[in-house]
Amino acid sequence: MIEVTGLTVRFGGVTSLDGMNVTFESGTCGLIGPNGAGKTTFFNVLSGFVRPAGGKVQAFGENLLSMAHFRRARWGLRRTFQTEQAIDLLSVYDNVAMVHEHSKLSGASRREDVMGAISIVGLDSVAYTRVATLGSGQRRRVEVARAIVGKPRLVLLDEPAAGLPDEETAHLGEIIRSIPDHTGAMVILVDHDMSLVSGCCTRTAVLDFGKLIASGPTAEVLRDERVVRAYLGTEEVT
Amino acid sequence: METAQAATTTERAAPPPAPSRFDRDLLLRTVVIAVGILAVLIVLPQILSLYYIDAMTQVAIYSVVALGLGVLVGRVGLVSLGQAAVLAIGAWVAARLLFATGLPYEVVLLAAGVITMLLGTLVGLPALRMRGLYLALITLMLAGAITVVLASINFPNGGRGFSGYNGSQVHIPAIRRPGIAQTDPAYFRYAVVVGVVMFLLVLLHVRGRPGRAWAAIRQSEPAALAAGINTTLYKLWAFALASFVTGVAGGVLAGADKYLYSIDFKTQDSITLLAVVLMGGAYSMWGAIVAGLLMQLLPAILNDIGLSPDWLTILFGIGVLQVLTTAPTGIVDQLPKDIARLGRKIGGLGRRAPAREEAAP
Repeated sequence: MIEVTGLTVRFGGVTSLDGMNVTFESGTCGLIGPNGAGKTTFFNVLSGFVRPAGGKVQAFGENLLSMAHFRRARWGLRRTFQTEQAIDLLSVYDNVAMVHEHSKLSGASRREDVMGAISIVGLDSVAYTRVATLGSGQRRRVEVARAIVGKPRLVLLDEPAAGLPDEETAHLGEIIRSIPDHTGAMVILVDHDMSLVSGCCTRTAVLDFGKLIASGPTAEVLRDERVVRAYLGTEEVT
Repeated sequence: METAQAATTTERAAPPPAPSRFDRDLLLRTVVIAVGILAVLIVLPQILSLYYIDAMTQVAIYSVVALGLGVLVGRVGLVSLGQAAVLAIGAWVAARLLFATGLPYEVVLLAAGVITMLLGTLVGLPALRMRGLYLALITLMLAGAITVVLASINFPNGGRGFSGYNGSQVHIPAIRRPGIAQTDPAYFRYAVVVGVVMFLLVLLHVRGRPGRAWAAIRQSEPAALAAGINTTLYKLWAFALASFVTGVAGGVLAGADKYLYSIDFKTQDSITLLAVVLMGGAYSMWGAIVAGLLMQLLPAILNDIGLSPDWLTILFGIGVLQVLTTAPTGIVDQLPKDIARLGRKIGGLGRRAPAREEAAP
């Protein structure tokens, strides 16, 4: 369970997160909102790239904000990035195995774990290919594999479907839905593709101007009047 | 363990086998390189004049310096403009120890490497907070500062005290060389062997865990952090490794030159070093050797034919411009491609029509 209380982030005069309060229970949760609402900033705070001006984050009983960023990753907090960050110079395998550099697992079980993650995202056939030669959809999946290898506790996916064609997005949706079963991790998904969010997430929270404006079961949230006004817009044109 | 692995993956599409570490290609390359090194060790001192043997000793030394800078620039993406000063520190420490103690030369080299590593890692501290132009500026200023300090305390010349410098000395003793490498050809071989050991040391790092961490840091520090890589540690590690090999190279330089003067270590050399490393190819270890040749053999040749080596500054300027605009991987990568292209062109002259199709890929 992730409990966020009073989280505030300011960049100069701009308040990006404004006393955000939210609780993510378990399973796969969505986090949506218009551009600039503070979704990525929230991920950056959780993963340690941005230091908040105030607030607390309790993750599975642990005070997350007191850990150095690379230690959070080793503790089990993983993420992907809005602009995909697979490492070109390394093979798919080495990209994923990066996470295991500091684990105490034996070589054989490491290999098994890495190959397992690669096969969940369906990249078995290119496991030893350099990432530089892969297409954008495959690169996204390399990043997802890196986020789910090695027993993570919390996986943050930042717009994993951005720029992907529909069939790739559908495939990605299947992968995301399978993450909790394969790893037992909690997933928070940020995306603008509402079919992906509603297909993957049982519950969803909505941010607007750095504040939580709604949260609950995904279907209800997407019908919520405030959410429609702030983000989704109305389809009927009168 | 391989069988257990296979059992779990049978239902899925069978993945291609992991590339084995010791395949035939690697063995062949190792043999070719070993034969090449032996040829350099045995043949070069036979066919070259003493003048060019000395020049090649300098090439061996500066290849190692370029190798260290290549780790920083090519592997981690940290631009340092202070490596000539780091080299001077290594030379100073080695000279001081050689005058003050009777330690074997190899021990002195090791000590010079370790002490330079500690100081060089301090230089790396600003790198934790900055990159690019600002890091370059800071390291350049530090190099300038070290040059000033060395100019005032001077290089050891057999005197007493911490600096080991005696300004009133009439007969200045030479810095000693290892017993097995008294003559210039022998010392050339010694320098090459030390250089090979340094290349192997760096190769171990690049192929291993630090190399993968550096690759991640170079392309995306956020991704490295998100995978749990301690980027601070690995950046300092790169500075430590680069300083160590540069310090050892400084130790070899002390014995090669026999007399060290602070005027020979110019701040500008650090800039030239970066230029030749970029020209040689910062992403490849072979590039370091090309860089060493550019930096030390080319001036020797110009001197030999009666031209001032100062002209090289202009040539290097043009070379860097060319590398940055058309061949970012440097000469080691570009030259074979150019030769292949030239070969295709020449081959295509006979049969005009299909030439265009072949050139396409």
